[in-house]
Amino acid sequence: MNELQLAPIAASEYAGEVDKLFWVMNALTVVFTIIVIALIAFLAARYRKGSNVDRSNPTTHNTLLEMTWTLPALVLGLGVFTWSSRLFADVYQPPKNAREIFVIGKQWMWHAQHSDGTRENNEIHVPVNSPVKLSMISQDVIHAFYVPEFRIQRHAEPGRYTNMWFTPTRVGKYRVYCNIYCGTQHSEMGGWVVVQSREDFEKWQAGGGGRPFYPGGISATTGDISLAQQGATLFKKYQCASCHADGPKSSAKGASLVGLYKSMRQLADGSKVLADEGYIRSAILNPNDVRLANSTGSMPAYRGSLSESEVIALIAYIKEIGTGKPLEGGSPDSVAPAANTNSQQWRFMYGGEQYQ
Amino acid sequence: MSTATLKDMGKSHDKVKEPLNYLNATNTIKSWLFTVDHKRIAIMYLVAVSVAFLLGGLAAGMIRVELTVPKGQFLTNDAYNKVFTAHGVIMIFFFLIPAVPAVLGNFVLPLMLGARDLAFPRLNLLSFYVYSAALVMGLAAIIGGGVDTGWTFYTPYSSVYSNSNVALTIMAAFVAGFSSIFTGLNFIVTIHKMRAPGMTWFKMPLFAWAMYATSVIIILGTPVLAITLALVVVERTLGFGIFSPEIGGDPVLFQHLFWFYSHPAVYIMVLPAMGVINEIIAANSKKRIFGYEFVAFSTMAIAVFGFIVWGHHMFASSQSMYLGLVFSVLSFLVAVPSAVKIFNWATTMYKGSVELTSHMLYAFGFLGLFTIGGLTGLYLSSLATDIHLTATYFVVAHFHYVMVGGTAMGFLAGLHFWWPKMTGRMYNEIWGKVSAVLVFLGFNLTFLPQFVVGYLGMPRRYHFYPPEFQLWHVMSTGGAFVLGVGFLLPVFYLLHSLKYGEKAGNNPWRAVGLEWTTMSPPDTHNFHELPVVTWEAYEYFQESHHGGDVGPSRFPFDDEAVYTSSDEEVHV
Repeated sequence: MNELQLAPIAASEYAGEVDKLFWVMNALTVVFTIIVIALIAFLAARYRKGSNVDRSNPTTHNTLLEMTWTLPALVLGLGVFTWSSRLFADVYQPPKNAREIFVIGKQWMWHAQHSDGTRENNEIHVPVNSPVKLSMISQDVIHAFYVPEFRIQRHAEPGRYTNMWFTPTRVGKYRVYCNIYCGTQHSEMGGWVVVQSREDFEKWQAGGGGRPFYPGGISATTGDISLAQQGATLFKKYQCASCHADGPKSSAKGASLVGLYKSMRQLADGSKVLADEGYIRSAILNPNDVRLANSTGSMPAYRGSLSESEVIALIAYIKEIGTGKPLEGGSPDSVAPAANTNSQQWRFMYGGEQYQ
Repeated sequence: MSTATLKDMGKSHDKVKEPLNYLNATNTIKSWLFTVDHKRIAIMYLVAVSVAFLLGGLAAGMIRVELTVPKGQFLTNDAYNKVFTAHGVIMIFFFLIPAVPAVLGNFVLPLMLGARDLAFPRLNLLSFYVYSAALVMGLAAIIGGGVDTGWTFYTPYSSVYSNSNVALTIMAAFVAGFSSIFTGLNFIVTIHKMRAPGMTWFKMPLFAWAMYATSVIIILGTPVLAITLALVVVERTLGFGIFSPEIGGDPVLFQHLFWFYSHPAVYIMVLPAMGVINEIIAANSKKRIFGYEFVAFSTMAIAVFGFIVWGHHMFASSQSMYLGLVFSVLSFLVAVPSAVKIFNWATTMYKGSVELTSHMLYAFGFLGLFTIGGLTGLYLSSLATDIHLTATYFVVAHFHYVMVGGTAMGFLAGLHFWWPKMTGRMYNEIWGKVSAVLVFLGFNLTFLPQFVVGYLGMPRRYHFYPPEFQLWHVMSTGGAFVLGVGFLLPVFYLLHSLKYGEKAGNNPWRAVGLEWTTMSPPDTHNFHELPVVTWEAYEYFQESHHGGDVGPSRFPFDDEAVYTSSDEEVHV
C-alpha cells in the first residue's frame, strides 16, 4: 500500500485501454518537451553573445521548415484524437445487457437503487466481469460520480438523467468521489464501489445486502420487493390508474402506458420525442412541458410532491408495463437520510480501519 | 540632427538635474489620481494588480499548508472552500486578466506605436477606477464572510444553494469585466488610428498584434460573461428560473455560457504574455522573430478559434457525444498554432547573439512551462483521457502551467524587460536571475506532483483526501514555498532599484522598437516629435559574423535619445 504509485489500479476494461493511450501521450509529451528544451539550450549556448560562430545570412522566415514542424504535430494530434474518440464512443453507449442501477446524488451522499429493490447509501455492490449501467440524477446541485480505478466519471445533474457504464474486471473496493464541487462537505461526498465475485454478490443479494458497513449506520435496505414493484405501489397510491391504463384495458382520460417506453411520441408543439427515462420523468413532474398532441392538458404536475427516488421507482414500473412481467407491491422507502456525521463519513471514505 | 549634440546635451543635463519626465513632471497626489497619462495609469495598475497577486498568493499559501495533511490542519470545510474560491476569483479576475494588458500594454503600446497616448485617455483612467471599484467589491465580499462557489460559479449551487456572498462577488466580476472592455476598446482604436506615420500593420511589433487579438476577444467575450453572471444574480435574488431546474431552468446552459467566455479568457490571459515573449526573445537574440507573419496570423487565428472550443470543459456533463467529438477535434486544431509558435521562438535564436539577461531567463521559463502546459492540455482535449482526468489535480496542474507558467512568467519577464523604461532605473541583475531560477524550480516542484496525484484520482477542490496522496501534496507544498520566495524577491529588488538602482539609459538592452528611442523614463508626451517609421519590426543586423558586436541597426547604441524630452530643445 505504501509503494509509490503512478497510476491507479486498472479495475475495468476501459481503464486498461485508457492507460495505453495515456502512456503513449506521455511518451509524445516527453519527446516533444525534450526536443524543445534541447533546441533552446543548444541555440542559446551556440549563439550566445560573443561566441565565435558563423552568423552570416541569418534566416528570418522559412515556410518549408515551418511546415516540417506543423504537419507532424497536426498528424500526431489527429491520430490521438481518433484513437481517443473511438474509446469514448464505446464508453458513451451502454450495452443493452448492462445491469441498470439508479444513482441519486444529493448533498452530500450517493444513494443507489438496484432493480431488485435493494437500496444502498455510499456503497454500490456490483458483480465482477459483467457490464453495469448507472442511470444518474441529482436531487439538488450538480455532482459527478467518479471512480479513478475505472478511469471514468459523469455528472449527475438535477432535472436530467445521465448515465455511465463500466465492466469491472477486478474484485475489490474502489473509492467513489463526487467530482463537481457541491458545497460544504464536497470532499466527503463519496464512498465505495464494491466489486464482488458472482458468488459473493449473489450471497450479498440473498442476504438483502443488509449488513451494516460501519458504526453509524449507513446500510443497505433489504430488497424484499423489486424497484418496479415499488413503482407499482406508488402507481396505486397516487391513483395514476384512474387516468392511465397500465394493463390491456383502455384508459378513459390519459394516454395508455402500455408499450410507452422507447416509443416515439408526437408532442403538441409538433416535435417528436423518444419516450426514454428523461421523457417519462418530465411527463410525470412537468406534464405541460411535454404535452402530447392529443392531450387535454389536464394532468397535474407532480413536481415537488414526488422524490427523485419515487420517480425512479415509477419509471422502473412504467418501463415494464406491457412486458408481461408479474408485479406485486409492497411499500417503497423514500431515500434513507444520511445518519452519519461529518467525521464518520471521513473515516468511512479515507480512514484507517476501513481502508483496504 | 547630430547624435553628438544630443549626447552632450544629455550628459550636461544629468549633472545639473534630471530632465522632466512623466514621473517627476508633477508631484501632487491629485496629479496622479486624475492623470490621463497612460504611463501613470499603468503604474497605478501595477500597484493594484500586485496587491491582488499578493492576496491571491496568500490564499494559495493557505491552501497548500492546509493540504499537507489528509484531514486538514486549521481550516473548517467552509473556510477551505472560501479560501480556494478567493484564490481563484482574485487571481483570475484581478491579476491574470488585467496584468499584462493593463500594466505593460498600457505603458508600452502607445510608445511602441509612436503615439502620445491611447486613443481615449479618460476612458483609460475610468477603466482603472472601475477595476479598483471591482477589486474593492471583491475583497469586501471575500473578507466580509466569503464566497464558497469556486471561481466558476456553477449553477444551481451558486444561484440557489450557496449561503455565501455570491451576489456581491459576481457583481465584482461583472464590474471588472467593464474595465477589461474599456481597455480592449481603447487598444483597438489606438492600434487602428494612432500608429505613427509609416508604421503599417506588418511593421508593428508582435506585442501590438497580441494586444489587438486580446482586445478583440475581450470585447466579444466579456459581455457574454457579464450577462451570464447577471442572470445568476437575477435567479438568486429574484427567483427567475434560468439555471435551476426546480424553477424551470437548465444548469448546463450556465456552463455553455460561462465557458463561451471563460475559455477565450484563457487566451485573454496567455496571448499578451506571448506578445511579451516575442519582444524579449527578439531583443535578447538581436534577431527578427522567426516567421513574423506566421506568428502574427496565428495570434489572430487563436483569437478566433478560441471561441469555438468551449465545450471541451463539459465532456463529462450531459452534453451529447457528437458535440463532444466536434469540440475535441477543434481543441486539437487550436493547439497546433501555439505549438508552432514555440518552435518559432526557439529558432529566432539561430544565428543570433543571445544574452542571458534575467528577463531572457524568465522568457525561457515561459517557453518550458508553457510547452508542458500546452501539451497536457491535449490530454484534456482528448475525450477518453478527459473523462478520467477532468476536474482532478491533473487539470489544476495543467492550467497552472498555462496561467502561472505562461501568463505570470510572461508578466514578470515583461516587467523586468521594461522596468528600466518605466522607472529609469536598473535593478540588480543577479537577484533578477536568482528570482527567475527560483520561480522556475519552485513552480515545477509545486505542480509536477499534481499531474501524478491527478492521474491517481485526486479531485480538485477537496479539503480532505485519501492518505496515500499525502506524499504528493507535501512535495507540492514544499515547492510552493520556493515559488513564493521566487515571487517575493522582485518586490524587494525592484523597489530597491527605485532609489538605489543605477540610472538606466534610454536603451539599456540595445533593443529596437520605438519605446527604446524615448527617454527613460519617458517624457509625459512620449515623443516630442512623432517618429516616421521606415523600417521593419525587429530590424537588427549583424555587424560581424564572428563574435563581433551585434545590435540594432537603426538606433544609437550609446543610450542617448533620438526623440527626447519636450522641455529640451531638439536640433533637427
